Amino acid sequence: MQQTIKAPEIKEFPLFEGQQTYERITDQITSIPMERHPMAWTIMFGLGLIGAFALLMALVYLVAVGTGIWGINQPVAWGFAIINFVWWIGIGHAGTLISAILLLLRQAWRMSINRFAEAMTIFAVMCAGIFPLFHTGRPWVAYWLFPIPNWLAMWPQFRSPLEWDVWAVSTYFTVSVLFWYMGLIPDLAKMRDRAKTQLARVLNGIFSLGWRNSAIHWMRWEQAYLLLAGLSTPLVLSVHSIVSLDFAISIVPGWHVTIFPPYFVAGAIFSGFAMVLTLVIPFRILYPKLKDYITMNHIDMMAKVMLATGWIVFYGYLCEMFFGWYSGNQFEQFLVVNRFFGPYWLAYWALIFCNGIVPQLLWSPKIRHNLLVLFIISIIVNIGMWFERFVIVVMSLHRDFLPSAWGMYAPTGSDWWLYLGTIGFFIMMMFVFARFIPMLAVAELKELWYKLYHGHNGHGGTHAPEPKPTAPAPQGGGQ
Amino acid sequence: MAHVETTPKLYGLMAEFETPDQLLEAARRTRDAGYKKFDCYTPFPIHGLTAAMGVKEAKVPWTVFTMGLLGAIGAFSLQVWTNLVDYPLNVAGRDLLSWPYFIPITFEGMVLAAAFGAFFGTHIYNRMLTYYHPVFNVPQFARASSDRFFVCIESKDPKFNRDEAYRFLQSLNPISISEVPE
Repeated sequence: MQQTIKAPEIKEFPLFEGQQTYERITDQITSIPMERHPMAWTIMFGLGLIGAFALLMALVYLVAVGTGIWGINQPVAWGFAIINFVWWIGIGHAGTLISAILLLLRQAWRMSINRFAEAMTIFAVMCAGIFPLFHTGRPWVAYWLFPIPNWLAMWPQFRSPLEWDVWAVSTYFTVSVLFWYMGLIPDLAKMRDRAKTQLARVLNGIFSLGWRNSAIHWMRWEQAYLLLAGLSTPLVLSVHSIVSLDFAISIVPGWHVTIFPPYFVAGAIFSGFAMVLTLVIPFRILYPKLKDYITMNHIDMMAKVMLATGWIVFYGYLCEMFFGWYSGNQFEQFLVVNRFFGPYWLAYWALIFCNGIVPQLLWSPKIRHNLLVLFIISIIVNIGMWFERFVIVVMSLHRDFLPSAWGMYAPTGSDWWLYLGTIGFFIMMMFVFARFIPMLAVAELKELWYKLYHGHNGHGGTHAPEPKPTAPAPQGGGQ
Repeated sequence: MAHVETTPKLYGLMAEFETPDQLLEAARRTRDAGYKKFDCYTPFPIHGLTAAMGVKEAKVPWTVFTMGLLGAIGAFSLQVWTNLVDYPLNVAGRDLLSWPYFIPITFEGMVLAAAFGAFFGTHIYNRMLTYYHPVFNVPQFARASSDRFFVCIESKDPKFNRDEAYRFLQSLNPISISEVPE
């Protein structure tokens, strides 16, 4: 055998599979909403619809009777409403991370998941908004939160982080919708041009605002898109930082720590990527056409982001323990002990198990390419991040300073009902999205395809090789 | 006197190309030939195309900047006016002008206004909601959103002459040339 010294090969990860053309990219993705949908779509949509109805009923019951139907009580006045609010907002953050931050970092792999993840963001923020709105107890006067002149001659208290939250979340929702719709307009025009029925042509025509693919329009579109990404990036960081300030500005033990903003943001991205995986894995099976665009590499990347952010979150847990000890404050020290061995010890150790231990499996490339295991891990992380918020909200409140003021908290059936209702609503919205809207950003995928394989990327004419007709996914390949 | 126009008015001449590179070349040559009123149509944004067309514009970034500035000033003054002037609100004895507390909402106001500027600015400059446009009259044009690349020289151009423009477009080796009726 002859031995040759090989230069280290740069492993080229295919971002597309199959033999692509511009035509094929358009065709594959825009045809999905126009075709018959798999049976599983109907089933999942139906389940989601039931959940959405349950949500509606839960809200009607809540408004009719009041927040007394929840498990919240005096030491723990926040309970499920705030746990679920933070959980849903966190999930939303991955969408903005993918669409904005990865765009600014020029991560080519974002192109095939951004539309999907942004849709997830919008629906997750909708679910999140329900909780604080109804937790106010009188949602019909929620406009008091906004600086609208009213008969009480009363203005919001702008020095409160809760008021900052109102602004942060509503701005976040609005900007996410604008960003999403901005990217969608050219793709809706593609749907219009390929529509098979008059209704589809008219509807897509209306919502694509008469987009005609003009180069000058594209130029402005690109400028605006990049600027929106630049605006969304600090925005998304500010949103979860402000959510964390709801806690950190108080003097409650366990909340009054400076690590909260970065630790909340990392946790948000961690849980958001878990949710993207939870959604993408079944959607790829449901719509096999997506597999050419959301390849095993994309899934591998997302798993790696989860692993990295998981470590940041775990570092946060370690810091909390250290702060508790180092503060020299008996209440802070007690909190750490109470987390370990108090009445809610199970929630704390579940959190360490789900967010600290289970994600370590992702070090193994084999596991990152095993969709079933990855799906289970993503669910476990979602649950773990829910426990994190439970630990933060309930454990600090239920035993703060005076033992005479201690208490216990347990969610009631109505709490679970509302929470499961939002999950149902979320599922329903994701499937409605898949039914009517191109799930991937077609124009951006084509642009990426052009940049990758047809030169003119401004780097002295380096031509990437044409991908092989059936580019194999690395290791273990693609379900 | 009755003059019946048999052919509809011409909006322009449109040439169709197969690849982005051919289009870039065509755009450059159209500009060099002295045409001013022409546009390209592509299924995705192509880097360097507007430079090749000789179009330079920064209206959108300036709009976003201005809106962002106004949003920040607006949000900050809103807080100062409501909590200091209209109803001085004493919260735990803090300074009335405790400006660091006003920064988060100032920031959010800036982002919100700037994002509106980006979205609506783009669509207003693009004259969106123009549902009828002559270019849609060309049957092949539906492929502009899929896999074909077009140049359209408009009859508004002072240099426009139907036959000359036709000969010029032919010299670019397009797949097809179509007349775009108004």
